[in-house]
Amino acid sequence: MKLMDKNLGLVEVQKLEGHTDRVWNVAWNPAADGVLASCSADKTVRIWEQSSLTRSWTCKAVLEGTHTRTVKSLAWSPSGKLLATASFDGTTCVWENFATDSESVSVLQVHESEVKSVSWNASGSLLATCGRDKSVWIWEVLPENEFECAAVLTGHSEDVKMVLWHPTMDVLFSCSYDNTIKIWWSEDEYGDYNCVQTLGELNNGHSSTVWSISFNAAGDKMVTCSDDLTVKIWKTDISMMQTGEGYVPW
Amino acid sequence: MDSVLTNKNPIIYPKRTRRSRTDQSSTDEFSSTNRIRDIKDPEHPELSLEDLNVLTEESVEVDDHKSYVIITFTPTLPHCHLPTHIGLCILVKLVQSLPARFKVDVRVAPGSHDKETTVNKQLGDKERVTAALENPELVALLNKMMQVC
Repeated sequence: MKLMDKNLGLVEVQKLEGHTDRVWNVAWNPAADGVLASCSADKTVRIWEQSSLTRSWTCKAVLEGTHTRTVKSLAWSPSGKLLATASFDGTTCVWENFATDSESVSVLQVHESEVKSVSWNASGSLLATCGRDKSVWIWEVLPENEFECAAVLTGHSEDVKMVLWHPTMDVLFSCSYDNTIKIWWSEDEYGDYNCVQTLGELNNGHSSTVWSISFNAAGDKMVTCSDDLTVKIWKTDISMMQTGEGYVPW
Repeated sequence: MDSVLTNKNPIIYPKRTRRSRTDQSSTDEFSSTNRIRDIKDPEHPELSLEDLNVLTEESVEVDDHKSYVIITFTPTLPHCHLPTHIGLCILVKLVQSLPARFKVDVRVAPGSHDKETTVNKQLGDKERVTAALENPELVALLNKMMQVC
């Protein structure tokens, strides 16, 4: 056991300082090696890069002046070219051009209160946001960084803590202060999303706020964590779902 | 905030003799109580949470070793409409005065309030608490409650 521990141990590589208040979230750029972003209660987002020469990390950009309150979470588009940020100020910003001048290219202002989470689908064609107003919004990503609302999903009875697209299919997952996880599915390509499953207390779900969801790479297993002090692992028959036969419950 | 008080005639409890302060930095039950006992009731600012028995010495549970503090408070009436404010104020006061390693849990005494579960859930949600504390009006109200504390 001791030998195992040594091999699996995590060693701190570097401590990145710069934010002046709580750092809520971090995200690796999926396309660029050695790039990550962090967001904070100090209302800013920082982009950090690792020098290929020295291997040390420095802050390459500070995205500020746009959000007027805590930035709660962020997500890189699959291409790594865009960064979406969700803030307590009720807006979701999409940024690009980090190498030169980071620019806020779009500001989505629809939520009635704090935005908690943002997620891109696998192809980068859709963006989802959610917030304390209990709603989940789906946006279509159009050319020239335009975003068009594709759906407004109401169904959660409380604050929605996180949204996450499935890693291989355009199925959206959301989890909430209402203790449930909801799964949103569109039968056709016209964007008519409906809640096809709710994982709640009655079907092995959590008994308190569900904070986070994560998928394995294949997308056939999901893990969720909650204020009820548990971590739950879920599974589905992903191959069946991918054949287009219809939805298969988790 | 509406001006109608829900508890017009609160029971005021006799002040307990206070033990003289020894070590200000220790985090045993005594010093935790001391930091929050003088918080003013939002409805009756001339009275403290201790005066109204909202907080007593039994309210405080501290485990210095494990770095946690649990405060259980009793609203004066089961339908008092400001338990969240009282709970938030206790939380803020302790987070401000205690070392960063401490986890502070504030909850309503079981059976003492109609909205006990709702209030406890709100006070236990760090994200919701943080967002609420970004509201300047609420912060002003809480500061008033903590004046001379």
